[in-house]
Amino acid sequence: MTAKIRKIAVNVEETHSEMGRNIAPPTRKAVAVAVIENPFAGVYQEDLSALMDIGAELGALLGDKCVAALGIAPAQAQSYGKSAMVGENGELEHAAAILHPKLGAPLRAAVEKGAALVASSKKMGSPGQVLDVPLGHKDAAYVRSHFDGIEVCLNDAPRANEIMVAVAVTDSGRPLPRVGGLTHDEAEGKDGLR
Amino acid sequence: MPDVILRKTSRVIEEIFHEGGPVPAKSLKRAAVMAVIKNPFAGRYEPDIQPFMEDLKPLGLSMAEKLVEMLGGADQIEGYGKAALIGADGELEHGALWHAPGGYAMRELLNGSNAIVPSTKKVGGVGARLDVPITHINASYVRSHFDSMEVGLNDAPRADEMMLILVMTTGARIHNRAGGLAAADIKGEDGLR
Repeated sequence: MTAKIRKIAVNVEETHSEMGRNIAPPTRKAVAVAVIENPFAGVYQEDLSALMDIGAELGALLGDKCVAALGIAPAQAQSYGKSAMVGENGELEHAAAILHPKLGAPLRAAVEKGAALVASSKKMGSPGQVLDVPLGHKDAAYVRSHFDGIEVCLNDAPRANEIMVAVAVTDSGRPLPRVGGLTHDEAEGKDGLR
Repeated sequence: MPDVILRKTSRVIEEIFHEGGPVPAKSLKRAAVMAVIKNPFAGRYEPDIQPFMEDLKPLGLSMAEKLVEMLGGADQIEGYGKAALIGADGELEHGALWHAPGGYAMRELLNGSNAIVPSTKKVGGVGARLDVPITHINASYVRSHFDSMEVGLNDAPRADEMMLILVMTTGARIHNRAGGLAAADIKGEDGLR
């Protein structure tokens, strides 16, 4: 099954200064979100493999959209995250089916490598509700400067029979990281953790 | 006059394929660019604010250029709008400074943009949302192109900031069928019809 997409939105945020300090180059985060029809709205479906396939499709589509929006080569991506918000006639498990089994591999292809777990969140929601997409370093989950998140919100989604699926990619960490921990430059990126 | 001190920018592009009806051959794209800047007049009554409009011109032009790039070129643009969201230590009037630099920046880049750029403004807190009105670039009465786009940022505008917004679109509402003046029927002379 391929996703029936009603709309796609892409948002890029650049932070040029924070607390009066220049951020040069600016830190940049992108989030791409697809609003799709929930094929299982209103029914209990035991086999969720159709949603898993949709997850694979959207991992590639939305990952590529983020990288293109940032105007970077895939290898320049530094952190990523994924989230889904299910409209009221669906089920939280639908989000899990999209996000977890198959979305990661094509997303990792879009950002090149991606040894680390893709940070995720999911919830039920209604039109206009805010979805916070968590962000973590793509190759080394313990890189502390890259723990972050980006908010996404569409006034008209998700409708009751829809699911909002979001993928976020950055080319940088927080604007003024100074709480220590493992840094981007120190990370080996082999085991996905450090 | 004060410098334009930019804290962050955000750009959003929405691509709409359908809204429950038949999927048209051409999707609709709406794009917004938001700039969060320090409000040089926050916290006081400043009688003489107009020179800041001149300072905002380069920002307006760079935002309009970005929109044109996001939507694939000036010849793709059919609708536009603008807005300002002023942080709580500012004044509605500060938002009015955006009319000229924001509007003329877009019109400068778009051929056949005789229509006034519709706008809205308000004072709001961090995370406030704003509905930016959109109309046809060459004839304000084109009914299919009456639209809007909601924008907002979770961390802006802070009390001493203002958020300036420009929006462009590539066409009519996705399932427009409410009649009125059609884009194909406009004269495009007076900005209205």
